Amino acid sequence: MSLNNQDAPLLEVRGLHKSFGDNEVLKSIDLTVKRGEVVTIIGPSGSGKTTVLRALNGLETADGGEILFDGGPELDFQYPIGSEHRYALRNRSAMVFQSYNLFPNKTVLQNVTEGPIRVKKTPKDQAIAEAEVLLERVGLREKRDAYPFELSGGQQQRVGIVRALALKPDLLLFDEPTSALDPELVGEVLQVIKELAEEGWTMVVVTHELSFARQVADEVLFIDGGVVVERGAPAQIFTKPTEARTAQFLDRLLNPLH
Amino acid sequence: MTVDWELFLSSFWPILSGAIVGTIPLTLMSFTFGLFIALGVALMRLSHLRVVRAIGWFYVSVIRGTPLLVQLFFIFYALPNLGVLIDPWPSAVLAFSLNVGGYGAEVIRAAIQSVPRGQWEAGYTIGYSNTQTLWRVILPQAARVSVPPLSNTFISLVKDTSLASVVLVTELFRVARQIATFSSEFVLIYLEAALIYWLLCLGLSGLQTLLEKRLDRYVAK
Repeated sequence: MSLNNQDAPLLEVRGLHKSFGDNEVLKSIDLTVKRGEVVTIIGPSGSGKTTVLRALNGLETADGGEILFDGGPELDFQYPIGSEHRYALRNRSAMVFQSYNLFPNKTVLQNVTEGPIRVKKTPKDQAIAEAEVLLERVGLREKRDAYPFELSGGQQQRVGIVRALALKPDLLLFDEPTSALDPELVGEVLQVIKELAEEGWTMVVVTHELSFARQVADEVLFIDGGVVVERGAPAQIFTKPTEARTAQFLDRLLNPLH
Repeated sequence: MTVDWELFLSSFWPILSGAIVGTIPLTLMSFTFGLFIALGVALMRLSHLRVVRAIGWFYVSVIRGTPLLVQLFFIFYALPNLGVLIDPWPSAVLAFSLNVGGYGAEVIRAAIQSVPRGQWEAGYTIGYSNTQTLWRVILPQAARVSVPPLSNTFISLVKDTSLASVVLVTELFRVARQIATFSSEFVLIYLEAALIYWLLCLGLSGLQTLLEKRLDRYVAK
C-alpha cells in the first residue's frame, strides 16, 4: 500500500464516541496499536469494551471520533459513514466472535475459504491450500469436511480464528474469544492466540482471562463507563493499579466470593 | 349402490390429464413466481425505510385479508371493465402468484429473522456486502426453517388451483365437473377427483420429507 507510513502506528483511534439512544456507551476512547503489538481490553460487562472492538470492524458505527490505519486517511465519524468505509475497515481487520458465529451450513473448509475466494478473489486452489495450512497449525486439518455442529466449542473457536487469519488482516480482533467455552476448552484456544501473538500478529483482545492478558499483552486497557480508566503494561496494571476502580474490578475478578 | 368401475377407469385418464395440463403446471408456475414475490415482499417488510416496510405490510394485509376467489374474479372479470383484459391462464397464474407472494412473504420474513444476528456479522467480518451475506449466509439457513411452512403453502396451492375452473382454465376439477355432469355419476367422479388431488399431495409430502432431510444435514440431531 503506497500510503503506508512506516513510522505511524498501525491503528490510531481518537475520541471514539457512541450512543445507543440515551445510553452513552463510549464517551471518548483513544487507542493506539503498533504493528506486532497485542493490546488487551478488560472491564466490567456493559463498560463499552466490546463496542470499541465492533466499531473497529465496522459492525457498529461510531457517532464521533476518528479511526486511522497507518496514519491515514482518517475515518472521521462526524461525517456520515457509507458502506465503502465499512468495507475499508473490514479490509484491515477481522473479528473472532465470542459465540464463534461459524456458518452452520458450510463445512469447516468452506467457512475458512469463503472470504478469500468470494471477497479477496484468491484463486480457489490457492485458497484451499492456504486454508489447509492454517487448519493444520490449529490441529484441525482432518476436520476440514466436518460441519460446525460436529465440533466441540474449542474446535469451533479455533476454526473461527482460522477464518479470520485466512483473510490476512493487518489486525485481529478477539471479542471475549473464550467466554462461551467450557472451562476445560479455554486453554486450547488461548494457546492458539498466544502463538499468534508470538508470531507477531497485531491484535486487540477483549477478555476476562487475566492470566492470559498478563502473559501475552503489551498493553492493557481498563475500560469502564465508556472511558479508558487506566492503561499500562500488564505488570503495572495487575500489580500496582493507580486507579481505585481498576483495583476494585481486579479484586472482584480474582476474589468473586467475598 | 354399485360402483361403475368402467366409468371410473375410463374417466381416470381424462381427469389425470386435466392435472397434467392444468393443475400441475399452474401450481409450479404460480409457486415459482410467488416465491420471488414473497422474497421481495419479505425484504420490504425488513427494510430500514418505513415507507418500504409499510408497502410490504399493506400488500400482505390485502392478500391475506381478501378471498382468493374474489382476487381471481377481480383479475379476470373486473379488470376488463378497467380496460385490462387478461386471458384465463395468465389471470389464474397472476392471482395464484400474488396469493403465494402474500403468504410466503410472512414465512420468509420470519425465517430470515430466525437466523441469529451473529450470522450477519460473521458475513460482514469476512468482507461480504449486505446482499452477499443475505444470499450466501442468511437465506440458505432461512430456507431450512421455511420448508415446512412453505410446503403447506405449496400443498394448499395445488388444491386452490381448482378455483381456476371458474375462470375457464382447463384443469383437473373442470374436467371432472364436465364428466360428472355428462354422466350424472357425481359421487364417483368427485371422489375420483378428490383421490387424484390427494395422490398429488401425498407425492409432495414425500418430496418435503426428502428436502427437509437434505437441509438438515448440517444440524445437530
